[in-house]
Amino acid sequence: MAALIAFQDVCKYYRMGDGTVTAADHISFAITRGEFTAIVGSSGSGKSTCMNIIGCLDVPSAGTYRLNGRDVGQMNRNQLAEIRNELLGFIFQQYNLLPKLNLLENVEVPLMYAGVPRGERRERARAALEQLGLGDKWRHKPMELSGGQQQRVSIARALVGKPSVILADEPTGALDSRTGREVLAILQDLHAQGHTVVLITHDNTIAVQAQRIIRLEDGRVVYDGPASAPEAVVTPRAAGLPGGGGV
Amino acid sequence: MSIAESLALALKNIVSSKVRTLLTMLGIIIGVAAVIVIVGLGNGLENYVAGSFSSMGANTLTVTVMPRGATRTLETEDMYAIVAEHPEELALCSPTVSLAGGVKIGAGTTSTSAAGVSEDYSSIYHSLVSQGRDLQYSDIATRAKVCVVGAYVNQAYFGGNAVGQTLRVGGQALTIVGVLEQQESPMEEGGSDDCLYLPYSTAARLGGSRVSSYVVTMVDEARLEQSKQVLESALSGFFGSDDYYTIISMSELLDAMTGTISLLVGVLAGIAAISLVVGGIGIMNIMLVSVTERTREIGVRKSLGAKERSIMAQFVMEAAVTSALGGVIGIGLGYLLSAVAATVAARLMGEALTVSPGLFAVLAAFGISAGIGVLFGYLPATKAARLNPIDALHYD
Repeated sequence: MAALIAFQDVCKYYRMGDGTVTAADHISFAITRGEFTAIVGSSGSGKSTCMNIIGCLDVPSAGTYRLNGRDVGQMNRNQLAEIRNELLGFIFQQYNLLPKLNLLENVEVPLMYAGVPRGERRERARAALEQLGLGDKWRHKPMELSGGQQQRVSIARALVGKPSVILADEPTGALDSRTGREVLAILQDLHAQGHTVVLITHDNTIAVQAQRIIRLEDGRVVYDGPASAPEAVVTPRAAGLPGGGGV
Repeated sequence: MSIAESLALALKNIVSSKVRTLLTMLGIIIGVAAVIVIVGLGNGLENYVAGSFSSMGANTLTVTVMPRGATRTLETEDMYAIVAEHPEELALCSPTVSLAGGVKIGAGTTSTSAAGVSEDYSSIYHSLVSQGRDLQYSDIATRAKVCVVGAYVNQAYFGGNAVGQTLRVGGQALTIVGVLEQQESPMEEGGSDDCLYLPYSTAARLGGSRVSSYVVTMVDEARLEQSKQVLESALSGFFGSDDYYTIISMSELLDAMTGTISLLVGVLAGIAAISLVVGGIGIMNIMLVSVTERTREIGVRKSLGAKERSIMAQFVMEAAVTSALGGVIGIGLGYLLSAVAATVAARLMGEALTVSPGLFAVLAAFGISAGIGVLFGYLPATKAARLNPIDALHYD
């Protein structure tokens, strides 16, 4: 089966003053449909760059990125927007719900940009909210909810468009550990239902909840393998970090 | 995303910040209201002028003779002779002498307008005498100290029994011999029923001047050009030059006056319209602030699949709706102020002035304000649409 996400020697350079900074240095990996992958790395490791490229928010400076067989690097901004709408579901650290809209309207947003008619949109958004256990709260505004509930709304929003990839950027970063665990459990459920989940985090204890870990350092892949392997959480630089801790 | 959805989104954002939206719209509201009121007043004034001119007779020509300079003097007899020579074009003639200084009735001075005329004036102005008698040729010939008064004067100052009473014009006591029929309803001070006519010969003596103005009626109103031409050539033949008189037809005068009013209204409305531009700049300013404030929202929308076109549409729509809404409020306010202006005008002029902006002005005001929104919303919307989604997502 062809890879859903295929990075081939992806490089990303940023111009900084006089010089250039290499944020991604020949990164290659492939993620197949149905995998639950964590991309782990400390700040400056290139994981944000990776996430931006996977999320079609940015394009590689060199190398190719194929999403579902389509070369994203060659696309213009509008095509990228279309790809984001069709194939990707984002979950952000800060939830990023639109404060003026109620929960239902928030979940409807991706469908609106997909051109789904109003009636169907309502129905699907309602179903997605119900799936996340917030069906009865659809009239509320995001600010009236707890952090965990807001994150569940944002998961509903990510799921409503039936995307190929769920891209979660530090989804537990703003939550206490108990709600964080709940959110991770939801992601694991989604994986169990057959969704492809990519989790971006700096936290090993979160990362090990995934099936597979891709560890980045200084823009390079330093580990790519099962999350259960001991070396998955041990970095050459920061050896001795406790791994596989019960989260 | 459809236009209806952009519209719904724009309304939602507008409703969620009412005070700011209202302040943003203020420039547009004031501009539109000002244009509506000015155009309305202008239209009302034009109608008023047209109305009062038509009551003066649209088939008349006014001849004004320069008081000095010419080698020959045009006596009233000469003018009558000219009119009599051209019965195919010209019908009646009356010298007119207006007297300034007001009319004294008892101890008070009134605003009644007094004019010296011939016995034909009542035919010229289609006014009939309801009490007493009209002015007669003998009154003119003898410079009789008599006058006829309008129905208002009769009613207001003499309790309906004016005939036989006296009043004073320019220090001269005149006996009222007749009362004219009521011209308009209701009668008002300063209106066409607040008038007084005396023999022109008497008036000329009171004013101490020669008759210099005549009203001549045409046989056929439709033959304005020909009739005027006949009078023109007769007068220029008399003076040997066309420098010493002017002939103005009522309809030309009306055209000239309405033209002047239109021009004035146009200039004033143009000045008021500057406020629309200022209002548009205000909208642009707020929209730019709004784009900055909502950078994160834009980032989120983009990450969820909004194309540049959709973001653009959202912001342009918001500016256009804000501006158009301001236009609608401005139209409402304009009508309200027009009604107030009409009331005030009625008080001041003693004359009903219909202040009617007209459908065209209203539609134009609405269209222009919406257009201003689109125009001035374009720049902020472009800024929003071009935002880089990554930067926008991480904006605080």
